[in-house]
Amino acid sequence: MAEKRLRILVAKPGLDGHDRGAKIIARALRDGGFEVIYTGLHQTPEMIAEAAVQEDVDAVGLSILSGAHMTLFPEVIRLLKEKGADDVTIFGGGIIPDEDARKLAEMGVKRIFTPGASTEDIIKWVSETVQPRQ
Amino acid sequence: MTTKQEWLEQSYQSAKERPVRFTTLSDMAVEPLYTPEDLKGEYDAVLGFPGAYPYTRGVYESMYRGRLWTMRQFAGFGLAEDTNQRFHFLLAQGQDGLSTAFDMPTLMGYDADSERAIGEVGREGVSVSSIHDMATLFDRIPVGRVSTSMTVNCSASVLLAAYLVVAERQGVPWEQVSGTIQNDMLKEYIAQKEWICPPAPALRVVTDMVEFCARKAPRFHPVSISGYHIREAGSTAIQELAFTIADGLCYVEDAVKRGLDVDDFAPRLSFFWDIHVDFLEEIAKLRAARRMWAQLMKERFGAKNPRSMMLRTHAQTAGVSLTAQQPINNVVRVALQAMAGVLGGVQSMHTNSMDETLALPTEQSVMIALRTQQIIAEETGVTNTIDPLGGSYAVEALTDRIEAEAMEYIRKIDEMGGMLKAIERGYPQREIAEAAFNYQRQLEQGIKTVVGVNKFSLPEEIAIEVLKIDPALEERQIQRVRKMKRERNGKAVKESLKRVAEACRSGENLMEPICEAVRRETTVGEISDVFRTEFGVYKDPAWI
Repeated sequence: MAEKRLRILVAKPGLDGHDRGAKIIARALRDGGFEVIYTGLHQTPEMIAEAAVQEDVDAVGLSILSGAHMTLFPEVIRLLKEKGADDVTIFGGGIIPDEDARKLAEMGVKRIFTPGASTEDIIKWVSETVQPRQ
Repeated sequence: MTTKQEWLEQSYQSAKERPVRFTTLSDMAVEPLYTPEDLKGEYDAVLGFPGAYPYTRGVYESMYRGRLWTMRQFAGFGLAEDTNQRFHFLLAQGQDGLSTAFDMPTLMGYDADSERAIGEVGREGVSVSSIHDMATLFDRIPVGRVSTSMTVNCSASVLLAAYLVVAERQGVPWEQVSGTIQNDMLKEYIAQKEWICPPAPALRVVTDMVEFCARKAPRFHPVSISGYHIREAGSTAIQELAFTIADGLCYVEDAVKRGLDVDDFAPRLSFFWDIHVDFLEEIAKLRAARRMWAQLMKERFGAKNPRSMMLRTHAQTAGVSLTAQQPINNVVRVALQAMAGVLGGVQSMHTNSMDETLALPTEQSVMIALRTQQIIAEETGVTNTIDPLGGSYAVEALTDRIEAEAMEYIRKIDEMGGMLKAIERGYPQREIAEAAFNYQRQLEQGIKTVVGVNKFSLPEEIAIEVLKIDPALEERQIQRVRKMKRERNGKAVKESLKRVAEACRSGENLMEPICEAVRRETTVGEISDVFRTEFGVYKDPAWI
């Protein structure tokens, strides 16, 4: 039996339009053999959590370059929990200081990729870390 | 006499060559040598003298011998009073013009107290929801004397109105107000992605502003046709050049269709380029841009006023080239990029601060960035002669090649029916995404190098101090906006919004009704909501 391909939601919360990174990652993950859903820009945490549930994804990757990461990550985590989807793996990328990354890890964000991370590393991490949801 | 071909075959082929790809940052192959054989065309036709058509060598006769470029650092964070303080600091440091960065809610047409603004108030720029914030932002700054640039697009009509109302309050007639508002909506769909409504109504608002400024605020630049964001989104230099010029052609066409004479508004169109890290490619791009615009304005639109043909430009060093790794190296990148901007003949420039990849810049790092421009201007001697690289075989050959390839893109866009149609088909968006992906792949394969990232990296990074924005200020601004909304004359606000909505429907120029709404304390978010209702909301097609 063929193994089910992991489904990843690449999400772009906030009002800014910095989507170069999100699009590159989405495309690289797709080329890397995952099912990728890209939300497009300007998503609210509610829209992202809703999409994660609707699309039945195994992981959500948030791309944040606006400085609002300490507001947006916790809100997405809270809403996923509320919708009974707290086993979805959360990761992210963007301009996120180490100090904040540590706090986010405590809140349940599995990994933060900062500028300079290669798509290869991200693909590798996703394959090794993300578990299919039961 | 030896020809270039003979030299290549007889001498170069047997010489040593490092095993790397000799290409520009945009992946354009570069030849080992350029010679007089690479120069094309008559001097007067392709280069000419500075201040004369086709302006390849510069738009002004005496260029920097007459007047240095304007050093204009982009600034904005927190509440209006915080940014006002930074403005006074920059003016005291010898900066000659202001440049305002608004926060994301303001840029997207939301008030600070909107649900969509949570976590973003005052973070990436200054929060401006109403005329009160705008008045505080320019407190003790004489808007009749200091020229101000405002980077704002889909809500630009409201911010321009607010600036003009501040001028009224300072007793400065609109005819004396000078400055620039970015207001380049086409590139928003292509690259920066700040929008409210779909492209066609957005273009109509831009043209309203072009028309309004031509009649009422003739010293104001109503559009800054911007390549910067296109490049930062990952385009090549040629794509940046081609798509930006094509955007400019679309604005000119629309204003002419409105019945304006091209020479009545084109002299007030200005440009904004990215200065990336490939030195010769950037200089060639700036020179090619001037020649292309002059020729297109003259030949396609029959412009007669030389000022309509002159491509005057602001430039900013490439934010995307800065690295979070070993951030102090960014000072060097910025200096080299700024030098390319000056050798490329820009009229105004922002140099990035070394810490901008990590956060908004600290006062100290902004000062280094400004001093970089001052060192180029005052110490290096490159301002002594005009277009010092003109006539360089390599620079001229690259200029010709970039122009030819950009014109090929413009021809394709013309065939699609112009830039508005091309955007609706997603053409420039896809071209840029493809280029960005290719570059990322080259970086990961080590074909392209970024020092400190994929070569010469350190096991441990050295941390630098970064600016922190106080999270409490968001709540302060929300309370301030709410209080203002409670205390103002609600009926006057409602009436003013109705009038804006009617103008949206009737096609009347929107600017007078918006100015009146702003005077009555109507907010950025409320006026933008009228656009949402009347014109509809644009959604990201989310192509990958």
